[in-house]
Amino acid sequence: MVNIFKFSSPATFYPLAGKIARISTWIAVLLLAIGLYMSFFVAPTDYKQGEGYRIIFIHVPAAWMSMFIYVVMAFWAGVGLVFNTRLSSMMAQALAPTGAIMTFIALWTGAFWGKPMWGAWWVWDARLTSELILFFLYIGFIALQGAIDDNRRADRAGAVLLLVGVVNIPIIYFSVKWWNTLHQGASVSIKNGSSMSTIMLQTMLIMTFAFWAYSIAVALYRVRSIILEREKDARWVSELPEIRR
Amino acid sequence: MKSLSEFFNMGGYALYVWGSFGVTALLMIIEPILVRQRRKTALQRISRLIRIKSEQNS
Repeated sequence: MVNIFKFSSPATFYPLAGKIARISTWIAVLLLAIGLYMSFFVAPTDYKQGEGYRIIFIHVPAAWMSMFIYVVMAFWAGVGLVFNTRLSSMMAQALAPTGAIMTFIALWTGAFWGKPMWGAWWVWDARLTSELILFFLYIGFIALQGAIDDNRRADRAGAVLLLVGVVNIPIIYFSVKWWNTLHQGASVSIKNGSSMSTIMLQTMLIMTFAFWAYSIAVALYRVRSIILEREKDARWVSELPEIRR
Repeated sequence: MKSLSEFFNMGGYALYVWGSFGVTALLMIIEPILVRQRRKTALQRISRLIRIKSEQNS
């Protein structure tokens, strides 16, 4: 328990975040290299969708990350709201742009998959619409944080928005079950296992871990800047070796 | 192994496959650059702040 509280201080978390971010960067680079190689050279051509199916190797990981990052963000924002811890709100703020980018990638690659497979870039399907709402939630959170000058008030307002928006996550996840619209059901589920071939599934999982490592790295590097911006008057900041005097 | 042009053709799905992977790659290159710039700006602001403070004290 002691350790958890120790690292909730920006001063101790700042160097730790740097260390984890560096390791995550290397993991992301390595996994992306392996994942991309497998996506194009190892995974076989799909018997139905030809080479076009390869889009799912980024589409599915990005879509998973878009939801996962939102949940983590809402969790930290909630912790910040209840315990009034500065660092958790900063963490939520640091995750937002990465989450928005993951959501955009999921929507974009979905459109580029939908055009040849469904014949349309976009349809108002339940899954697509709820994912688009997720994108607006991210943008709304970023805009709200930017619009309020007082950091503490911005954190609180952002946290409320994020926590209300959490209802959208199960809607996205179960949308393919609840409404029988165009988007197909899950290819990988906890209950039924996977309906994909093993090599395709492995490729997708490696890409997922790569996206995961990428998100951790970028968010932690960003939170370090946010810490610097908000704690600029603190003594420990002025004593950092990376500050030129 | 297949020829290079065949690879880039992606069985007729070139626009869709490269349109997806290309934009994803672009975003994943731009985001770290922006993050690095933000850090640079933050560090510069802090060192300016420290300089002003030390000038006021002297």
